[in-house]
Amino acid sequence: MDITFEKVDYTYQANSPFEHKALDSMSFHLPSGSFTAIVGHTGSGKSTLIQHLNGLIRPTNGKVRIGDYVLEPKKKPKHAKALREKVGIVFQYPEHQLFEETVEKDIAFGPRNFGVPEQEIQKRVAESARAVGLGEDLLKRSPFELSGGQMRRVAIAGILAVRPRVLVLDEPTAGLDPRGQKEIMDMFYRIHKEQQLTTLLVTHSMEDALAYADHVLVLDKGKKYMEGTPVEVFSQREALQQVQLDVPEMFQFLLKASDQFGKPLAYQGQDVERLAEQLAALAGDRDE
Amino acid sequence: MNNLLIVGQYVPTNSIVHRMDPRVKMLIIFFYVIFIFFANNVISYGLFTLFALGSTILTKVPRRFIAKGLTPVWFLIVFTFILHLFVTREGFVLFHVFGLPIYSGALEQGAVISLRFFLLILLTSLLTLTTTPIEITDAVESLLGPLRRFKFPVHELALMMSISLRFIPTLLQETEKISNAQASRGVDFRTGPFRERVRAVIPLLVPLFVSAFKRAEELAMAMEARGYRGGEGRTKLRELRVVKRDVAALVCFIVITAAALITRDYS
Ligand SMILES: Nc1ncnc2c1ncn2[C@@H]1O[C@H](COP(=O)(O)OP(=O)(O)OP(=O)(O)O)[C@@H](O)[C@H]1O
Ligand SMILES: [Mg+2]
Repeated sequence: MDITFEKVDYTYQANSPFEHKALDSMSFHLPSGSFTAIVGHTGSGKSTLIQHLNGLIRPTNGKVRIGDYVLEPKKKPKHAKALREKVGIVFQYPEHQLFEETVEKDIAFGPRNFGVPEQEIQKRVAESARAVGLGEDLLKRSPFELSGGQMRRVAIAGILAVRPRVLVLDEPTAGLDPRGQKEIMDMFYRIHKEQQLTTLLVTHSMEDALAYADHVLVLDKGKKYMEGTPVEVFSQREALQQVQLDVPEMFQFLLKASDQFGKPLAYQGQDVERLAEQLAALAGDRDE
Repeated sequence: MNNLLIVGQYVPTNSIVHRMDPRVKMLIIFFYVIFIFFANNVISYGLFTLFALGSTILTKVPRRFIAKGLTPVWFLIVFTFILHLFVTREGFVLFHVFGLPIYSGALEQGAVISLRFFLLILLTSLLTLTTTPIEITDAVESLLGPLRRFKFPVHELALMMSISLRFIPTLLQETEKISNAQASRGVDFRTGPFRERVRAVIPLLVPLFVSAFKRAEELAMAMEARGYRGGEGRTKLRELRVVKRDVAALVCFIVITAAALITRDYS
């Protein structure tokens, strides 16, 4: 499903002294099947933006389109529940939403609410537990006995089990160990490809944005600040620094190395080994 | 949800009322609530109205916002007035509504009681509009101080109060987050039959309790780690001090109250 924002404003606590415009005339289009990273300094409106995607909030002005669903100010969406089945959101610290007696029941909670038949639910629970790397022995345990990382996986499995077409991830790896972070991001990427999902990833990690996304959206104070492919966006180091964002380490390194050797070194998706070869070649040139 | 939060919320405008000693504000409100019941003619009510409106203007809180905070009580005020119109039978008959006689005394009493009600709510709401919860608890602790002699746990009470006040917004935020998360998993909190809606509360309450207990434990641990040992010998970061503006406010209040007590009818 493709996603379009047309001049969307969102104001918290309108008509009060606490009025706060969290989104300001936001427009963009994300094609179906794209993987978009949303980056921005804290408070720039990322979480507010993603709450529009399944109709938790409606724009104060403007229009949001998700596939055939349209969200407009003042008009209650007719098929809110159907939209929520199509758009799965993994919120920040999703383990806080666990409540059932067993892991199995918690994963089944979403599909059951959306009226998935019982047999199908069993299948989906097993499948999503496997996808997030939860052993079968954990399914009968209480989610509250698990480690933080395991709880996170249970919560994610609960959202995957609904089989959404759009997957929205709000800092899904915050607070996990580096190994776990990579495992979970790789898992999301695999599912994104396998099921041809439209994925939005809110992240503070420019490395993740570079590694997984094909499109980057930079927000600043509720406005769209920049948009483009990761290479396009991360090539503009100064502009990003203006809004308190860094470029990925790879870009920082390439800039420094270009300075050092007096030759431009561009990012072309090279991995560490390829980079080492390039550097060796440059060093060889200089020594001659 | 966001609109509910506004009632009784602190609005920082740094006006002279905001900077007053919270104890003085509470004392003035306490005695205002008592003495307004002594008013019984136009002049004495006028004086009390003057005081309440004057204070409201001094707070510099936008009028629109105060009116919004009072919305839930408008209904009660109007209701009281109408009730009095039809129930009280004093004075002479003024006119008839739907065949029911309206007495002059009823009009008068209805107006007076509604006015009193309005003034009470207005002035007390100014306290929470201009005083942070922390200041209120400090003031309570200080005002209840003398009870310590009777082994009354004043400090503990104040601590409980400030912790609860501190965590109300946090809990509300948490509630909103969890209800968003569960709504995204297909829970419907707003429509559907009553039984279903009651059941929908469980996925909300369980995580809320879990996080509240976790928070309480963390807070206790953090307090202990920083050497908290109860109120004994504890000094304060914010000393409450009565300064000129507090004295001025008190004098102003006393003069107006005295004038009202002198001008009221004694017969
Ligand atoms: N419920 C609310 N009521 C009032 N203001 C809010 C509310 N939620 C968010 N805001 C404000 O809206 C702005 C955007 O918040 P948002 O949560 O979308 O930021 P964010 O980009 O997700 O930040 P972070 O990276 O810290 O998660 C912030 O300035 C915040 O203070
Ligand atoms: Mg956020």
